[in-house]
Amino acid sequence: MYRLNHDEGLCANCLAVACLMKCQYMKFGDNKEAHEEMLRLINGEDTRILQECQTCYACEEYCPYGNHPYYLICERREAKGIYTAPRPITKQWINMTQMQGKYMVGEVKERAISLCYIPTLGPLAQGEIFAGLSSSVVFGAEFMCPAVHTHFAKMSVVKERLPKVVENIVKLGVKEIICLHDECYGTFTSIAKAYGIEVPFTPIYYMDYLLERLRDLRDKIRPLHLKAAYQRPCSNRLIPDKNRLVKEILDFIGVELVSRTYEGENALCCGEVIRSISGYRLADDIQERNLSDMVQAGAEYCVFNCPACMTVLSEKAKKKGLKPVHIVELCQMAIGEKGVG
Amino acid sequence: MGEIKERLISIVGADAVSAEPEELWFYARDPGVLEAHFPDFVVAPRTTEEVQKIVQLANEYKIPLVPMGNGMALTGLVIPLRGGIVLDMKRMNRILEVNEKGRYVVVEGGTSQGVLKAYLDDHYPHLRHSLPDAPPTTTIAANVALHGQGRLTQQYGFNSDMVTGLEVVLPTGEICLIGSPSLGPYWFSKGPALPDLSGLFLGWLGTTGIITKVGLRLYPNKRIRDVEIFVTDRPELIPDILFDLTHLEMLEDITVWFQPKPLMFLGNYHITVFFTGDTEEEVTWKKRMIWDTLETYMKTKDGGFMNVDPMKSQLIQMPQRGVAEFADVPRGGGFEYSGPIVPIEHYPKYAAKVLELAEKYDVLYASAARLISGGHAMMFSISFAFNRNDAGMMKRVKEALEEATNFALEMGGIPWKPNFVEQKMILKQMHPETKKLLMAVKKLLDPNGIMNPGNWEEN
Repeated sequence: MYRLNHDEGLCANCLAVACLMKCQYMKFGDNKEAHEEMLRLINGEDTRILQECQTCYACEEYCPYGNHPYYLICERREAKGIYTAPRPITKQWINMTQMQGKYMVGEVKERAISLCYIPTLGPLAQGEIFAGLSSSVVFGAEFMCPAVHTHFAKMSVVKERLPKVVENIVKLGVKEIICLHDECYGTFTSIAKAYGIEVPFTPIYYMDYLLERLRDLRDKIRPLHLKAAYQRPCSNRLIPDKNRLVKEILDFIGVELVSRTYEGENALCCGEVIRSISGYRLADDIQERNLSDMVQAGAEYCVFNCPACMTVLSEKAKKKGLKPVHIVELCQMAIGEKGVG
Repeated sequence: MGEIKERLISIVGADAVSAEPEELWFYARDPGVLEAHFPDFVVAPRTTEEVQKIVQLANEYKIPLVPMGNGMALTGLVIPLRGGIVLDMKRMNRILEVNEKGRYVVVEGGTSQGVLKAYLDDHYPHLRHSLPDAPPTTTIAANVALHGQGRLTQQYGFNSDMVTGLEVVLPTGEICLIGSPSLGPYWFSKGPALPDLSGLFLGWLGTTGIITKVGLRLYPNKRIRDVEIFVTDRPELIPDILFDLTHLEMLEDITVWFQPKPLMFLGNYHITVFFTGDTEEEVTWKKRMIWDTLETYMKTKDGGFMNVDPMKSQLIQMPQRGVAEFADVPRGGGFEYSGPIVPIEHYPKYAAKVLELAEKYDVLYASAARLISGGHAMMFSISFAFNRNDAGMMKRVKEALEEATNFALEMGGIPWKPNFVEQKMILKQMHPETKKLLMAVKKLLDPNGIMNPGNWEEN
């Protein structure tokens, strides 16, 4: 079984404890208190971290050393048999994402698109932006990044399934895979690395691909002149260096990314997993603060990266007067493939 | 036989009578496991008077008469076990009256659930009836005649409890009004404050008369419907969870279900809670009450709410199409269930029995229970889908259903819409004086034994 590459000494000597001090859900009196809790976590002792972590992934970004505090919390929880969400919900997710041979593989070339196990991604991977690649797609549990199970502290499921996913992609002869799901890219580049799981193909972050294609299609772009707020997903915390791409893409298509309280490191997740873990009060509070912040910042559109966030927040965003849209759709609007509105 | 056909044609016209084998074929069977029995004639009357004349004719020739709605009871209740005339009521499908302020509707005996729903949606969008999760072509009269349930059963009881009056053609041919319409023009009460004679026709499965008109209660149709699904893997907790939920006294419908496919549902028990409101605030408040009520189970990690956003549009469909989809999972169009009415505290034992039967008989199962009257009882369905072309599978399903009925009777439950075999099992277990009364009433109403013979008979 794969083991987490975690440098305990690094955490033991880190007095800044950014991973915990910046946490949006756990509050510590001072660095010393946070450090003590971290030491308990490292030593496998009981700590409030195990009870209070909401699995937002943010500490992966806050740690300046890339030492994977979030994965460590998940490991410790599982070792102690601690459930984050209720047991049947955890079970449901494990069952729902099991590989059952019901996958879909298109006319796959050396460069392919991964739709993960998310049907709503399929319709996005169409049109000129994905010209020549629309049929080179893979979809299904066999190709799904298992990072979602970290929310449920089931690292054993991640470690069991991720090598199989990698193997399934390799078997197709794929050399480069464009990950249309943010979390897939995070899984291949962060989780796999943290566990020493070899990824013998090149994962391509879809926003890198988008930007490249927008440059190719520069002549077709008509600036949209819109104001938008961005909903940063939890998985983006695994790949913080990619966050800049949102602004670059929006700039390219004439969309103003409004400045707001909950952006960058302060971003709020969609809240749905937190609803399972801690109930509606915290989840509703997060969603209300997040969407109100978008409105107050003057956004007309709520731009999504993750389709799960989009499913959860779209209706609520509409009720606030925001127009929900995936960033791919915005790009398609800019080149005239989709109507604005 | 030719003479009877001519007489039938003289009553309803040639286009409403058939003795053609290709048409009789359809009236000989239903989607359940019982063997087909061909009728001699199918007749489709348009008026109560035509029904009356057909009944008089049947008495004259002592020929069996089987009233039929859409034939979707699944338990062979309108399979003409002894041949005779099938009375297809579907042409009597008019909506006769809606009393808006009194919140009731009067419909003809062949009016379908779908026709009434569409009519109310178009003309009285603030009113609704208790729609069952059956295909929309099923009829209102048949549903109440077999004590059917619907979306409002959790709040207001069996759909038969919602009847506000009946017009019945008795087995001897008299046209009889039941309840308030027997005294005046209003259809607001099936019984009270009179002796409740509706009990002579509801639950008798067409053996005591033919319902030609039904008065039915309507209820407020709130602007917004919403749904939550609470999931647990401990069936022993379900009676307590349901007790807690029904204490809220504000939920529209509650069903409890489990099934092995798709895989995401395996090993868990799901409690679907529907609730309604006229404003977002009302719905949000109710949602929070539901969550607060079950918070204890979330804290112990024994249960939690699943994210219903991706499937919400399907869940709030009325009726739900998913039911029909499950019904044909093995392909081949066979589906039947045993649905006893049971005390809620027995839920864990029934759930265990489903798993035992599925394993023993190697059949694909699903179970969906619906709460009745705020939690006084529940309909617990043990459903099996099968391929009609697979005789072995059909036999196993039949045996599994029989064992399920036996189990329900042993546990003090009441088999719902029992087939003729299950009716005999019920009568065998029934208190002898009760059975005597039941048989005496039946004999009194139908002295020639022409009405749906084979049902509610000991031998």
